[in-house]
Amino acid sequence: MEIPYVSQPRPDTGIYNAKAGIWLFLASEVMLFGALFSSYILLRVGALPADWPHGLLNIPIGAFNTVVLIVSSVTVVMAWVSLKMKKLGQFKIFQAITVLCALTFLGVKSFEYREKFAHYEVWKTDGTRVTGHIEGKPMFLTLAKLKAAGREKIAFIADRHHYSEGKAAMVRREAHAEHKAQEIPVSQIKRLSAFVPAHSTYFAIYFTLTALHGLHVLGGAIVIGYLFGPGSKMFFTDPERLTNRVEVSGLFWHFVDLVWIFLFPVLYLL
Amino acid sequence: MSDHTHDVSQHIRGYLIVGAALLIGTALTVWASYLDLGHNWNIVLALVIATVKASLVALFFMHLISEKQLIYVVLAFTAFFFVGLMFLTIYAAHDFPAKTVTR
Repeated sequence: MEIPYVSQPRPDTGIYNAKAGIWLFLASEVMLFGALFSSYILLRVGALPADWPHGLLNIPIGAFNTVVLIVSSVTVVMAWVSLKMKKLGQFKIFQAITVLCALTFLGVKSFEYREKFAHYEVWKTDGTRVTGHIEGKPMFLTLAKLKAAGREKIAFIADRHHYSEGKAAMVRREAHAEHKAQEIPVSQIKRLSAFVPAHSTYFAIYFTLTALHGLHVLGGAIVIGYLFGPGSKMFFTDPERLTNRVEVSGLFWHFVDLVWIFLFPVLYLL
Repeated sequence: MSDHTHDVSQHIRGYLIVGAALLIGTALTVWASYLDLGHNWNIVLALVIATVKASLVALFFMHLISEKQLIYVVLAFTAFFFVGLMFLTIYAAHDFPAKTVTR
């Protein structure tokens, strides 16, 4: 049985069915991310200023990833235009660049995650707090793990300023970071956490939003990669249908870019 | 069909201009974050720039500037519920209980 309206528009809607389908799906996606953005707002206004980190994410890296996604949005629409003009070779080049951009984005993001897993905050028993790295750059350490390992002290390379001192201090810290380790006795540590979701509501919502977005990037890359590879054979049998498939995957990709356009300032800059 | 192909090739220039505008918008976002406007105004400015960028993507890359009515109807419902969700969120954020529990 032939599936109706895969390449020709349906008379009553004026569009092919997949386009109606992807827009309904994107509408549900708007509500999914909308719910998480509203969670972000509530967590942020509910947090004490000293407990909402500023300046812990690397802005140049975040801006680089934004540029990568914008470039991929241009190439994805150019790939569609190439198919409209029946230029398969050009389509493949743009599609390949899009997949490369997606992989670059995910690679950079995983590098960022790794850095966070080895960056710590220590709450001391005297009430002071300090952020920095533990010598040897271990990941996912907790106070319970330190005690279980029988450790009596840690060598801690502290950041010059704590994020609760405000944004200006954090910027200065980048320029004058100290690299001298100080020893902190485990007995003086009240809590120790890497910048993982359990650290604070900020990192909880940061990882939830960026990981969900990252999964969308991965999903989009798989579909775009399929249309670049085995899926492109359809060009020789039903080019209109392939063009529509590329348009639909492109609409999803632009949505992923659109979400990041909001995530970047909200998580990195504010 | 050949007329249509001609139209599409003319759009290429437009896509590149939008892409360049998005890159400029990104640079503007980063630059604006270093201005000290008072914290709330920084948030407003960042969201205004992000909304302009998102509109460019939706209007030109996603072709919403000239789509069929069905898609606008779907998006009108989405916009209504999204705005409602944000309104309720901001409303709730200002709705503190009269007595707070202190430790």
